[in-house]
Amino acid sequence: MREINRASAIRAEGLSKIYREGATELRALQEVDLEVRAGELTLLMGPSGSGKTTLLSILGCILRASEGNLEILGEDVSALREKELPRIRREAIGFVFQGFNLFPALTAAENVALALDVRGVRGGDARQQGEELLAEVGLAEKARSFPADLSGGQKQRVAIARALAGNPPILLADEPTAALDWTSGRTVIELLQRLAREQGRAVVMVTHDPRVLSFGDRIIHLEDGRIVREEAGASKAIASLAFLEGLPGQGSIQAVGL
Amino acid sequence: MGLLARRNLFHDKVRFAVTLTGIVFALVLIIIQFGLFLGFTTTTSNNIDHSNADLWVVFHGVGYFDMGRNFSERKFYQVLSTPGVERAEKYMQAFARWKRPDGRVENVQVIGFHPGSGLGEPWNMVQGSVADLKQEDSVIVDELYREKLGVERIGDRIEIGDHRARVVGFTRGIRSFTTSPFIYAKFKNSLDYTNPESSEDSTAYILVKASAGITSQELQRRLRERLADVDIYTTAEFSRKTRFYWMFTTGAGLAVLTAALLGLVVGVAVVAQTIYAATMDHIREYGTLKAMGATNRYLYRVLIEQAVWSALLGYGLAMIVAHFIVQASEKGGAIILMPWSMSLGMLILAVVMCVAAALVSINKVTRIDPAMVFRG
Ligand SMILES: Nc1ncnc2c1ncn2[C@@H]1O[C@H](COP(=O)(O)OP(=O)(O)O)[C@@H](O)[C@H]1O
Ligand SMILES: [Mg+2]
Repeated sequence: MREINRASAIRAEGLSKIYREGATELRALQEVDLEVRAGELTLLMGPSGSGKTTLLSILGCILRASEGNLEILGEDVSALREKELPRIRREAIGFVFQGFNLFPALTAAENVALALDVRGVRGGDARQQGEELLAEVGLAEKARSFPADLSGGQKQRVAIARALAGNPPILLADEPTAALDWTSGRTVIELLQRLAREQGRAVVMVTHDPRVLSFGDRIIHLEDGRIVREEAGASKAIASLAFLEGLPGQGSIQAVGL
Repeated sequence: MGLLARRNLFHDKVRFAVTLTGIVFALVLIIIQFGLFLGFTTTTSNNIDHSNADLWVVFHGVGYFDMGRNFSERKFYQVLSTPGVERAEKYMQAFARWKRPDGRVENVQVIGFHPGSGLGEPWNMVQGSVADLKQEDSVIVDELYREKLGVERIGDRIEIGDHRARVVGFTRGIRSFTTSPFIYAKFKNSLDYTNPESSEDSTAYILVKASAGITSQELQRRLRERLADVDIYTTAEFSRKTRFYWMFTTGAGLAVLTAALLGLVVGVAVVAQTIYAATMDHIREYGTLKAMGATNRYLYRVLIEQAVWSALLGYGLAMIVAHFIVQASEKGGAIILMPWSMSLGMLILAVVMCVAAALVSINKVTRIDPAMVFRG
C-alpha cells in the first residue's frame, strides 16, 4: 500500500535549461536529477533566480528543457512533440500559482468548471464535479462568488480546486503562499499536505517561507540552477530519528527542519 | 469556453464600451463612405435607370448621359418603322438658365420627353402629375430644390431660357450630382428652353421599347443594321457607361471612391487595434488556460467566439446609427445609399475584420511564456 503511494510520479535526469537572448546565454538549470514521489509534499527552496520556477515549468511540461530526460507517470515526455504536451498537462498535472490566476469574470464555480471544460467535462457532470471540488477545499458556500469578492486565501483555495479538476496525480505550486498572510498560507499548505498524504498525489511546492518547512516531506535546495542539498522534512525526520536513535521526536525538529 | 468569451467581454464594461465604440465607428465610417459612393453612382444614371426604355439610341460617340448631342429626326422614323419596336420616343437633356421669381439665376439641366408615353418620365411624383406637362410651358421639379429654384408650390412662375414657364408638379428624391437640378418638360418645350436655334426635327436620344417576343439584344442588332452614325445601347449598357464615366473618368467619382477606400482602411485599422487591445488585456488568462492544458484549438475558439460577439453587437449598433444617418441624408445634399446587399456585406466585413484582428494576436496567445503565468 505504502509502496504504491510512494511510486515515482516524476523522474528527471540531467535537466538543463539555457535561456538565449541574442548573443547572451543564461544557464538557468544545470544537470538536475530529481525524483518526485506520489504521496509526498516536496518543497523546492532556493534564493530568487536560482531556477525554481524554471524547474517547475519544465516538470509541468510548459517549458522544454534544453537537455535531459523527463518522465511523467512513466511516460517519457522529452520525446513527445510540442502538440502532445497539452494532453500531459490535462491528464497528469494541476498548477497553482502565486498570483492565483483566477478568471475574474467567472465565479468560483465557473472557474473550476472552465478547467473541467478544457478536459471535455461539461453540463451536469461538470456542475457536480465542480461542487465536489469546491467542497474539497472547504469553499462550497462561495461557489457563486467572484474572485474579487474572495480573500486571498479563499482565492488560492479556489485555484487549488481548479487545479484538481480532472483529478491529476501531480500538483505543482509556485510560491502559493507568498501573497498570503500566515493564517491563510497555513490553511493552503495544510490543504496541499493533505492532498499529498491522504490522496496520494505528488505535490511539489516552491517556497521561500521557512515557516512551511515543517509541512514538507522532502526539502530540495536549489542554488544557481543546481540541486545543492536535499533533506527529509520535519515529520519524516522525527520519525526516522526517533527510530534510529530512540529519541523523542519533538526535540529534533529544530536540528533538521530549520 | 463560450461562457468565458462572453463573460470576458462584459466583465470590464468600460473596456467593452471602448471596443464597441471602435467597431461602431469603423462600420459607420465605412457605411457612410460606401453609401456616398453608391449614392453618387446611382444618381449619375438615375434618369437612364428610370427611363422604362429597353434601348437608347444616341449620337455616335456619345459615351454618357450628360453629353447628349442632337441628330436628325429621320432616325426616329427609321426606328419607328423597324419591326420589333413597340414604341419609340424622342428624349433630350441639356443645360439652361433658370430665372427665379426674385430674379436670381440658376443653372438647370432640362430633360425633354413625351408626357404620357411612359418612356423617360419623372418618377416619384408627390404633387401634380406627369400628364400636366402636356400643357404649354409647364415644368416639373424636385422638392429637394425648392429653395434653390425659388419655387414653393404648384403654379409658381419662373423663366427658363428666356421663356416664361409654370411649375405643375414636384417629384421626391430625384437628385442631381452636379449643382444643376433636373427640370422635366415636354420635348418641344425643352428644345425652346435649351437651344432656341436648334431645329424642331432633331433629337438627342431615342428611347425604344421592344415588342413582346423580341429581346432587347435582338432588337439592338436589328437597329444597328438599319441605322448609321448612331450608337445603340441597352438601358443597362448605357447606365453602366454613364456611371463608369463619372466614376473613373472624372475627378468627382475618384474622390468619392478614394474616400470610400480610405474609410475602409481607417475602419479596418480601428477595429484591428480595438480587438487586439482587448485580446492583450486577457493575455495572462490565455496563458493560464494553456497551462491548464487547453489546446491551441481551444484558445482559437475562445478568441474567435469573443471576436464574433464583438462583431455582431458592434454591427447591430452600427446599423441603428447608420439607419438614422441614411434617413437624414435623404433630405441633404448627397444621398447615402445602404441597400440590403451592403448591410449584408457590412455584417460579413465586421465578422471577418474582428476575427482576423483576434487571430493576429494568436501567436502571442499560443506561445505561452511560463514566466508570465507564474508571475505574482
Ligand atoms: N524567459 C526567460 N528568459 C531569459 N531568462 C530567464 C527567463 N526566465 C527566467 N530567466 C532567468 O533564469 C534564472 C532562473 O529564473 P527563475 O526560474 O524564474 O528563478 P526563481 O523562480 O528561482 O526565482 C534567472 O536568472 C532568470 O532571470
Ligand atoms: Mg520564481
